[in-house]
Amino acid sequence: MATTALEHAPAHHEEATGIWSWITTVDHKRIGIMYGVTAFLFFLLGGLEALVIRMQLWGPDGRLVSAEVYNQLFTMHGTTMIFLGVMPLSAMYFNYMIPLQLGARDVAFPRLNAFSYWVFLLGGLIINASWFFGAAPNGGWFGYANLTSAQYSPGLNIDFWTVGLQILGVASLAAAVNFFVTVINLRAPGMGMMHMPMFVWMSFITQILLLLSFPIITVALVLLMIDRSFGTHFFVPAGGGDPILWQHLFWLFGHPEVYILILPSFGIVSEILPVFSRKPLFGYAAMVFSGAFIAFVGFGVWAHHMFSTGMGPFADAFFALATMIIAIPTGVKIFNWIGTVWGGKLEFKTPMLFALGFIAMFIMGGLSGVMHASPPADLQQTDTYFIVAHFHYVLFGGAIFALTGGAYYWWPKMSGKMLDEGLGTLHFWLMMIGFNLTFFPMHIVGLNGMPRRVYTYSAESNFELLNKMETVGAFLLGLAMLVFMWNILKTWRSHQPPAPADPWNGATLEWAIPSPPQHFNFPALPRVHGRDALWEMKRVAGGTLPEPTPVAHDAVPMPNPSWKPLVAALGVAITLGGFIGGSHLWVHAVGLVVLFYGVYAWAFEDPFAATGH
Amino acid sequence: MTATAHAPAHAEGHAHPTWQTYTKVALILFALTALEVGAYEVVHRHSPAGFAAVLEPIVVEVLLFLSAIKFALVAMFYMHLKSDGKLLTTIFSFSLLLAAVIIGALMIIFYYLYQHAPTVNQLK
Amino acid sequence: MATAHAHADDHHYTATGIDNRKLAIWTFIGSECMFFASLIGTYLVYKGRDVVGPKPHGEWLLNGVAQEQMLEIPLVTFGTALLLFSSFFVVLALNGAQKGNRKQLIGWLLATIVCGVFFVGMQVYEFNHFAHRGMGYTTNLFSSTFYTLTGFHGTHVTLGLVWLVSVLVVALRGKLPPEKALNLEMAALYWHFVDVVWIVIFPVVYLIR
Repeated sequence: MATTALEHAPAHHEEATGIWSWITTVDHKRIGIMYGVTAFLFFLLGGLEALVIRMQLWGPDGRLVSAEVYNQLFTMHGTTMIFLGVMPLSAMYFNYMIPLQLGARDVAFPRLNAFSYWVFLLGGLIINASWFFGAAPNGGWFGYANLTSAQYSPGLNIDFWTVGLQILGVASLAAAVNFFVTVINLRAPGMGMMHMPMFVWMSFITQILLLLSFPIITVALVLLMIDRSFGTHFFVPAGGGDPILWQHLFWLFGHPEVYILILPSFGIVSEILPVFSRKPLFGYAAMVFSGAFIAFVGFGVWAHHMFSTGMGPFADAFFALATMIIAIPTGVKIFNWIGTVWGGKLEFKTPMLFALGFIAMFIMGGLSGVMHASPPADLQQTDTYFIVAHFHYVLFGGAIFALTGGAYYWWPKMSGKMLDEGLGTLHFWLMMIGFNLTFFPMHIVGLNGMPRRVYTYSAESNFELLNKMETVGAFLLGLAMLVFMWNILKTWRSHQPPAPADPWNGATLEWAIPSPPQHFNFPALPRVHGRDALWEMKRVAGGTLPEPTPVAHDAVPMPNPSWKPLVAALGVAITLGGFIGGSHLWVHAVGLVVLFYGVYAWAFEDPFAATGH
Repeated sequence: MTATAHAPAHAEGHAHPTWQTYTKVALILFALTALEVGAYEVVHRHSPAGFAAVLEPIVVEVLLFLSAIKFALVAMFYMHLKSDGKLLTTIFSFSLLLAAVIIGALMIIFYYLYQHAPTVNQLK
Repeated sequence: MATAHAHADDHHYTATGIDNRKLAIWTFIGSECMFFASLIGTYLVYKGRDVVGPKPHGEWLLNGVAQEQMLEIPLVTFGTALLLFSSFFVVLALNGAQKGNRKQLIGWLLATIVCGVFFVGMQVYEFNHFAHRGMGYTTNLFSSTFYTLTGFHGTHVTLGLVWLVSVLVVALRGKLPPEKALNLEMAALYWHFVDVVWIVIFPVVYLIR
């Protein structure tokens, strides 16, 4: 009786709608969409900040913004893009796709998942609220002590940064615990660890990195906050403290963070390439182990960000070698991607274009990375635009290309609409050209000595032409974003037939269910026997599977919506928010009361209790 | 249906050690703590003098070793890692290993920085 | 009916057979290892690099007058023993919960909580005592790193106590039957973790000079 098929009942019409249903949702798909929308808005904000930076650098001795505002702009651009852009955009895919690819109904802890989102949102809002106080963080995304000490940064700027990042850390940790358990425990029956889709694998490794690296930055931020609020000397040389310790703690987190940003993108590309090459991923096991190796060694290379601090030849040699070793597993990955495409029946749909663009751009970023793994070379390149070029090739050319490719790939699944291929291709080429025009010249001005984080350059420096090219490129990137948004808007309002369950002939389980999926994803948990589960099912069925039909929306009992995670998240944000501008005991107290109320209400709530209607 | 629902809860938790084992572990923990404090007192008060001289150069290693045994006993018996399977042990051991490596690395780096790096010495 | 039954099974299915919540608390403990590693690392890097006194071990000078060493080993040994015993007591309580022995559960849980409260009391007394002897939070690097490390540990103990008291209230209401023993086991695992962190802090901070 429970699995009666309904012939004319599109799934999403059955579910609760309205703003309250989104605020209280514990559905991983809705939370994923909320992550995506929020992160995209923050991403646009970070992009606008970048455009102002580029306009300031259009000509020598730019007068558009002051040095102080410029400091705030590049700090917030970096902080926003890393913590509020790329990480939560990855989190959107974790949320939406990990349970679907595992053949699960939801994540292991649906309410904790909602909590993570709300904490992330509040953290992002608190950091950006600093703009309204004219005190946006201005110490760089790495917040080097003792520039950020109370003595040299007396304003609220750094307070917003330390508090905001701690709140975001809570969100990341809660989400990481959740997805770690989800991947280990909620794999569909028969799906061994070595059967999981590569996106799940890379995301899983990312969760391990989050779990092990975020506590370190939390401690560093707490110590900095205590220095600023209570006058201790953790990073203040006058009292015996050492600013170098801040750099060590920061980069102990900061380097794994780089892999936290890029590994999910490795996973997305590893999903797209096989589907549009009609070939299984080449060297699956090598891909898994190279990813794990990158993550593991990634904990032993942090001080390559600190060669210029003078660590001595022993430490320099160790960290240089460890860094160069990482090129090996990364090379393994690149050759495996090429091996996947090699000899395949290639279909150049938009996701495929972005995935191939990713490989090309990421190789360039990787190569310049190996260059400054060498300390003598690094001493020439550090703090110049060469470094800016390098990490934009890996984080924009790498992560953003892959995340955009993922958006085109999974859009039909998430929205039930197909995006326009023509506009998608235009988007790709605009982004490709704009990206290279923006960032390639930075290699040259960097090697010629143009320093990072300086708000002007002089006319005699001969940097003007290349900077003008960069600014033009940046606006092309902005145009590419407008094309993307137009694509979304146009297809959203069109009356095209709903997207099929499996528009790309996909290999993984998310394509086995309707687009968009029903609340419970799978009416019955799929049974899996190997890798590329859906391709296997299609092969057994002799080619294609029938379009899946929606079933009654109450066929599977799912946890009730809950507002308690939001209350607990507010408690976290208020408690930590009390550290902005010193330490306000009454704010901490109010926050703790709200937090404890939220946690207890949550703990004693039965998620499956019968509801009123 | 309720019977099947609780099946996983019964599958675990019954191979745990007994009362006697828990008590033995508690006594060992107590004895090891006494040894730790004893070692501290011997070295600190230099009595008996002969033993203190023998113990003094290795007291750090001895203390860390004793504390590692205590740590392992609590983790294996009280936290049930001995009977609860490899996965949980792996999670904990890996984190501990990384934690230890990072503490060690920071100590080595800063020791080297303060003892040998010329710029810092000039500052001092 | 058969399909409905399959669904009920699916809802409690885990690929490893380990309960999600137990795996989660272990994952969280793994993450906490790095939190305390960073604090302990900071303490050790700064050890002996103070510009002014007081010093943790050995005599130090205040306005030219020799002062005794700050750390009081007998007091802390007492606290350490309390925490070790509380770990012992909470496994007995868990054992009682799993067997459905209400008396054993409530008695030993109460004993655990009493030990924990005394440990926190010991720490409050120690901090106050140090403050009276002139060691404020910002006095020097030793005081800041010491108070931060042991203070964060004390905060963890306090949170563990809040958790254990909550479980005790549930047990007193008779709502902790054997099949829900995991609710206590999670709190107990966290409690043991706080204990093993102290097993590290005790020699590293107090006994090694």
